[in-house]
Amino acid sequence: MNSRVLLAIAIAVIGAAACAGLPLILAGEPYLMRLVTMFSLLLVLAASWNIVGGFTGYPSFATGAFFGLGAYAAAILQARGLDWRLALIVAGIAGAVLAAPVGYGVLRLRGHYFAVASLMLGAILRELTTGWSDLTGGGMGLTVAGAGGDPERLAAFSLRISLALAVLTVLLGAAIKWSRLGFGLDCIRMNETAAAGIGVDAQKLKTYAFTLSSVTSAIAGGVYAGWIGYIDPTDVYDVMWSVKPIVAVLLGGVGTILGPIIGAALFVALEEIVWRNVLSFSSGGLGVLIVLLLLVLPAGVLPSLVSRKRRP
Amino acid sequence: MTVQITQVILNGVLLGGLYAAMAAGFSLVWGVLNIINIMQGSAVVLGSYAAYFAWRYTGLNPLLAIAVAGPLLFGVGWVLQRFLIQRVVAAPVLITLVFTFGLDLVLNNAMISFFSADYRKIEGVFPTAPLTFGALTLPVDRLLAAVVGIGAAFALHLYLHKSRLGRAIVAVRMDRQTAELMGVRVELIYAMTFGLGLAMAGIAGCLLAAIFPTSPLNSAHYLHIAFVACVLGGLGSVLGAVAGGLLLGIVESLGSLFVGAEYGTTVAAVILLLMLFTRPQGLMGRAGYE
Repeated sequence: MNSRVLLAIAIAVIGAAACAGLPLILAGEPYLMRLVTMFSLLLVLAASWNIVGGFTGYPSFATGAFFGLGAYAAAILQARGLDWRLALIVAGIAGAVLAAPVGYGVLRLRGHYFAVASLMLGAILRELTTGWSDLTGGGMGLTVAGAGGDPERLAAFSLRISLALAVLTVLLGAAIKWSRLGFGLDCIRMNETAAAGIGVDAQKLKTYAFTLSSVTSAIAGGVYAGWIGYIDPTDVYDVMWSVKPIVAVLLGGVGTILGPIIGAALFVALEEIVWRNVLSFSSGGLGVLIVLLLLVLPAGVLPSLVSRKRRP
Repeated sequence: MTVQITQVILNGVLLGGLYAAMAAGFSLVWGVLNIINIMQGSAVVLGSYAAYFAWRYTGLNPLLAIAVAGPLLFGVGWVLQRFLIQRVVAAPVLITLVFTFGLDLVLNNAMISFFSADYRKIEGVFPTAPLTFGALTLPVDRLLAAVVGIGAAFALHLYLHKSRLGRAIVAVRMDRQTAELMGVRVELIYAMTFGLGLAMAGIAGCLLAAIFPTSPLNSAHYLHIAFVACVLGGLGSVLGAVAGGLLLGIVESLGSLFVGAEYGTTVAAVILLLMLFTRPQGLMGRAGYE
């Protein structure tokens, strides 16, 4: 067995053990449970973003748009009486249905153009969601039944499902990276014109990557909606849902399999420290963190450690 | 109906004058430094606060406050570029984007902490009775603000093309390496350019403060406007940004007439995408500049 298969099996086994064990170990510790759930959702978004931003090299700011879309899709369907499991699946499908055509169009743009076009997607969805108030409740938001039940059960359940989704997303990333698709994405990142020259259908592969990453982001939104129990446009379409995953991946290491895991863990830890100490300046604290990170560790924690070790 | 449409287009032109000022600096920074300055929106809001507080404590007319906000924002921009952004200026798009995003978070959050998110409005400076031409009306404050905004953008254009430093900026935009070989100190030109970009944002902020309420919550919207106007007009041309700003203002006014003002960003984005797919170099840009 080669090291890749071993790594994938290790991630799956540790993930499964954590899914089974953590809700029991952390029972009666609501704060820690919230923290691990937050970490898992961030990991889903970070690993999803990594497929587009890391493997393909397209600086997407659209993660939050699909997160919000998934949250609303799941919430609206649940309000119509659909089972929460089905609602999550449909949320993922909704993500794909929007991402495929949008990606096919927007991925023609490169560099800054792509980045800001993807950034505007969230603002557009927020406007449309607020405007279509018959369906979405507009600015008043929606109450979500979720899995229902008492808060402790809901917390344990949300922890389990978000962790499971995170493990699946990391494995999806690994599967993409080590497949033909991943090789094509690698080529696109390094030199898109040359990739097209050797027969890589860049437009198709980019759209695949964008769509897959949007599905997991949208499901994460659905899980979040069920966990929090109430969503409104300014919350779930917050641009922070796009920025935090990027910062997490930059912390851990762009384009790596373990980078999002390490990055998301570090990010949640740092955010908690900032939250406790400078509550009124929390997003500003995040800004300071970003600036320092990019000045001191531009390649992320993992690659910086590796390259330091390799240096003679 | 014709009168109504004419009036709406006129409103759009007046709005577009403000957008032109907002986009000119953004376009300059993008063209010369190859950086999308996510902070542009917050810089506009900072300019608005400068005008607001100048009016509140000294009664200064917000259109004259550009003499305060312009230099202030120029200094902020110069220092930021010289000591922080310069360190990542050659990094890939993702890094520079996230970096200016981080700076934006700091500036925006600082403004919320110091000034709160409340909307503040300058009142009683301009006559409320609009000028009338037949059936058409022109609010005095909007007319003056649009004139000053377009005038500022033209002044920037003239500065770039007539002055010694301006020529150096244009030279760096065209070919950084050759400019360096000719003895242009690129780092200082970068600082100068970023300073000018934020100064234009500050001026736009003063003009906006004369008309609209000010709040840090507006900054994302301003950023989107600057970006769309800049791409519509074509990258690397200040006059293109003016044309893009005017076009965006007109489209937004017509859009609010036909689909409702609450869908402003959506309308702008649709126009932007149509433009990018049909004429990617923009109205006045030259192909190959992106």
